[in-house]
Amino acid sequence: MKTIGLKSLRFTLTAAAALLCMAGPAQAADKVKVGMLSTLSGPGAGLGIDIRDGFSLALKHSGGKFGGLPVEVIVADDQGKPDAARQTADRLVKQDKVDFMTGVVFSNVMLAVGKPIFDSKTFYISANAGPSQYAGAQCKPYFFNVAWQNDNLHEAVGKTVQDKGFKKVALLAPNYPAGKDALAGFKRYFKGEIASEAYTPLSQLDYGAEISKMRASGADAVYIFLPGGLGINFIKQFVGAGLSRDMTLFGPGFSADEDVIRAVGEPMLGMFNSSQWAHDMQNPVNKRFVADFQKDYGRMPTLYASQGYDAARLMDAAVRDVKGNLSDKAALRKAIAAAKFDSVRGAFKFNSNGYPIQDYYLRVITKDAQGRITNRTLGAVFKNHADAYVGQCKMPAL
Amino acid sequence: MTGILLLEQSLNGLQFGLMLFLLAAGLTLVFGIMDMINLAHGSIYMVGAYLIASIALASGSFWLGLALGIAATALLGALLELAVLRRLYQRDHLSQVLGTFAILLMSNEAVRMVWGSQPIELNPPAALAGPVEFLPGFSYPAYRLFIIAVGLAAAGLLYLLVTRTRLGMQVRAGASNREMALAMGVDVRRLFTLVFAFGAGLCALAGGMLGPLLAVQVGMGERILILAFVVIVIGGIGSIRGALLGALLVGVVNTAGRTLIPFVFDRIMAPDLAANAGPAVASILIYVLMAAVLFFKPQGLFPAHG
Repeated sequence: MKTIGLKSLRFTLTAAAALLCMAGPAQAADKVKVGMLSTLSGPGAGLGIDIRDGFSLALKHSGGKFGGLPVEVIVADDQGKPDAARQTADRLVKQDKVDFMTGVVFSNVMLAVGKPIFDSKTFYISANAGPSQYAGAQCKPYFFNVAWQNDNLHEAVGKTVQDKGFKKVALLAPNYPAGKDALAGFKRYFKGEIASEAYTPLSQLDYGAEISKMRASGADAVYIFLPGGLGINFIKQFVGAGLSRDMTLFGPGFSADEDVIRAVGEPMLGMFNSSQWAHDMQNPVNKRFVADFQKDYGRMPTLYASQGYDAARLMDAAVRDVKGNLSDKAALRKAIAAAKFDSVRGAFKFNSNGYPIQDYYLRVITKDAQGRITNRTLGAVFKNHADAYVGQCKMPAL
Repeated sequence: MTGILLLEQSLNGLQFGLMLFLLAAGLTLVFGIMDMINLAHGSIYMVGAYLIASIALASGSFWLGLALGIAATALLGALLELAVLRRLYQRDHLSQVLGTFAILLMSNEAVRMVWGSQPIELNPPAALAGPVEFLPGFSYPAYRLFIIAVGLAAAGLLYLLVTRTRLGMQVRAGASNREMALAMGVDVRRLFTLVFAFGAGLCALAGGMLGPLLAVQVGMGERILILAFVVIVIGGIGSIRGALLGALLVGVVNTAGRTLIPFVFDRIMAPDLAANAGPAVASILIYVLMAAVLFFKPQGLFPAHG
């Protein structure tokens, strides 16, 4: 009896599923489904949570709708692990049939989830990960990055260090692909002497040995690319060793945004860093974003939050421009590529590889008028800067 | 110049070793005496660091944070032992691993709920924030010297406690032959609660000492726990002396590897090969050391059990 019952139940379910498939909408959608796959647990969780919160705020600002259509956001955690992310991405595009995907923080995760997303002809709007693969030879018509190409912030610091006239630089990055790319990006614009170059394990806690070597190398500037907790460890130890008196510390924006400042405090004062966005940019979109983010979440937004915010703004504009007809992929792609939205960073446009052409700024960590330790924008390093890989991209047809 | 670098790196190795010792001591006590694999040891370290950071931030005093944080964590450890871990002693090691792993996951989420996902601030007291200059051209961070001092003091105190007190005698008896200790009338239940609370206090001390050097964040315990396990495997499970020497060995080998291997490889290999191989070899050196110890002395260098 039990077997028969189960069998008939299974048949009913199969039939119901088949019916549901046939009943799928043919034309203009009645809602927009977004798959927000981000790192929400584990050591990188702070970054993913900021992207998610920035995205949610933009959605709230547009009245819970994109282009007039109600939005359903399906939030999923990739745990910062490529294998877990791959499974979840499969589910989001095949089962939930989302119209857009966004949220991935880390490039190794991005490269793992790319295939199922692009194969299902789903547009991916990256709010952080900007691997060189998708910018160059393996560029994808379904991939757009609303943040930066991974090398860009490092290039901006390389140029700054070069322009400020530093002669000898010590470099430090974790021993994984993004770490090597980061230092390569830096060296693309810095032409002086590399006094020391060290790659450390991603799990390293203590930087005593590297700091001693930096002191011995006689460098006048230090450039670090140490994401999240690694950067916190290093900066505390670097300042504790008194090296900040003899050497100027530089990093990309991710090593010096509000999340790191909150964990390190005073020792961060005077650190220079690069970013495509800053909370003190004086445009109305940004002022509203910064003020409302603080009001809703009780903390200062980071560059990750600004990127999540812009990802939602971009989707809103694209859905509006295709008048809700999400099944016409060619028209949708054109609408995304046109990027007709007001970015929190002011001017923004896409290059032919789906990566930004934008300005990059130098910031320094100081105390503001209210005595808060935070970033202050000093000025632009690059104007309308494109990435180094766009020349290798021959964009395939949809 | 190279002499100074060598001196500085020796201090770095000593400091890193003592840093690991603070964590490994508690772990080895619990492991050796209670025969209990405690994966939640790193979580106690994390909770200790968070408590110390919060109290220090609220009160403005690092020392007050340290004292209250250690006391609170020891109390928490005792409660954990009484409420949960006590039930795991009779089970096999797999159940203990699963049970304490569950505690690890729950503490991570609990800390996230209370303090949020972003790392929080813990800085050294102002007096120890900068470097100390020994000789012209040779200075060393004051806070790291302080860690060396605290590590040595903790080691000395533990030594006295274990070899010179009645409690220490019971602990040693429990470690080398539990049945005999029971037969001689040692109140093992009380002893275990005490030892566990003491281990938790040591964890918090480690968290407070390391917090100003490292990020105080969710998951901070797991990374360092792996190193602590390496230390006690090398030193011999259950032995405080083993934990101290194992920790120093790991600290020195790790630091020496990070200093010397890239230096040597640069001279014997092509630059791009050296840039790839150097960091990789340096980072696995302590695991190679552990494998060698396991091969030649499976009980560790200084086993507690006869």
